[in-house]
Amino acid sequence: MNQKIEVASPELASIEVENLSRSTFIMKGALAAGAAYGALAVGPLVRNAFAQAENGDLEILNFALTLEYLEAAFYAEGGKQVKGVPSDVAELVKTFGAEEQEHVDALTATIKDLGGKPVKAPGVDFGDAFASADSFLATAIVFEDLGVSAYNGAAPAIKSKDLLATAGGIVQIEARHAASIRYAAGESPAPDAFEPSATTDEVLKAVEPFLA
Amino acid sequence: MSATRNPESSALQRIARDPHSRRKFLALTGGTGVSAALLAACGDDDEETTPTTTEEQPMDETGGDPLADFGEGDLGIVNYALTLEYLEAGFYAAVIKSGLFKGDQLALLKVIGDHEAQHVDALTATAKDLGGTPAPEPKANFPLDSAEEVVALAATVENLGAAAYLGQAAAIQSPDVLAAALSIHTVEARHAAVLNTLAGEPPTPDGAFAVPADAETVLAEVQPFLA
Repeated sequence: MNQKIEVASPELASIEVENLSRSTFIMKGALAAGAAYGALAVGPLVRNAFAQAENGDLEILNFALTLEYLEAAFYAEGGKQVKGVPSDVAELVKTFGAEEQEHVDALTATIKDLGGKPVKAPGVDFGDAFASADSFLATAIVFEDLGVSAYNGAAPAIKSKDLLATAGGIVQIEARHAASIRYAAGESPAPDAFEPSATTDEVLKAVEPFLA
Repeated sequence: MSATRNPESSALQRIARDPHSRRKFLALTGGTGVSAALLAACGDDDEETTPTTTEEQPMDETGGDPLADFGEGDLGIVNYALTLEYLEAGFYAAVIKSGLFKGDQLALLKVIGDHEAQHVDALTATAKDLGGTPAPEPKANFPLDSAEEVVALAATVENLGAAAYLGQAAAIQSPDVLAAALSIHTVEARHAAVLNTLAGEPPTPDGAFAVPADAETVLAEVQPFLA
């Protein structure tokens, strides 16, 4: 029942993300970026997200914050740069971007409330993702699906029931984003009966190509 | 333990059949502490005077829990979820048979209905794994007058389903059951988003943070569909 995104080896070139077509533009972009960066371990910025944490919940919150920063930046930059997005989809992108920013703000405030130090926004490089409406939506699907898998993978480790409820309230929105963008792109909005989950390592490797 | 509890009969069906049960069941929300706990206990003699307060079970929050009818602890949550999934699966089966849809919309509804049927199977297995009796399939009727109304109802049902899972997440004790519930929760959310879109509603009607629903609210919402 609990499916996993499989990462066969540390090399980015061998990332296997379940239910994502490797032929999509974004996967090609990710592989190219992986080749350019080399098969790196987790980037220093993201590693800091863990080094700063005092306890497990703070680690998870900073991990989530990093992902939300990436998503928010992706929609903000994409919304400005991408041409040819149909107006109804552009409207969705605007809404979803604003919601990701709200997640950033909420997670930042929560981390501070708990006495932790929120990670800074990571530097981003979205490669050729903004070259066309199709590549933009394909990359958005990767981010949103990954975000859902990341929260679902991390949630059972959350100690605080309040934080678990908060994370649940966010992951539901990520899932709604994922389904909507998929539907807009002509892909199945819900490709599985049971959402795959991903470990933090798997998620960090998948986002590595987008960190500058 | 509970001599009066009959695991073979659905808690929902009893509520649907019996107006007193329904009233009592509604009273449980408002009821706090002793009166709710007495109603929930329903004649069984677990009014222990031993002060057994545990961190996991704050008495004033679980005393009036309508999930008590579905079983204790995680089993109650799983059987509650199973009942909702049965309703969803039954709904889509009826919708698909209705002939109201064709083409892409029919294909989508079939995929969603198939997911719900898989959720039923998985939760049935989970209830058994927990050593419990899986909740039975409730009898239900759904209005199938027009495609437009069906899409609107499907959207309502999925939004409610997602809110129901979210409402239970923090109460689940077993990490395995939690992981299973989460993996279903976001699939319900995906269904909700696309059906909202088809119904002309925004995919994220609550904004950036999804709003949970407690069992009381959810059961009251589905009550009109129970036969």
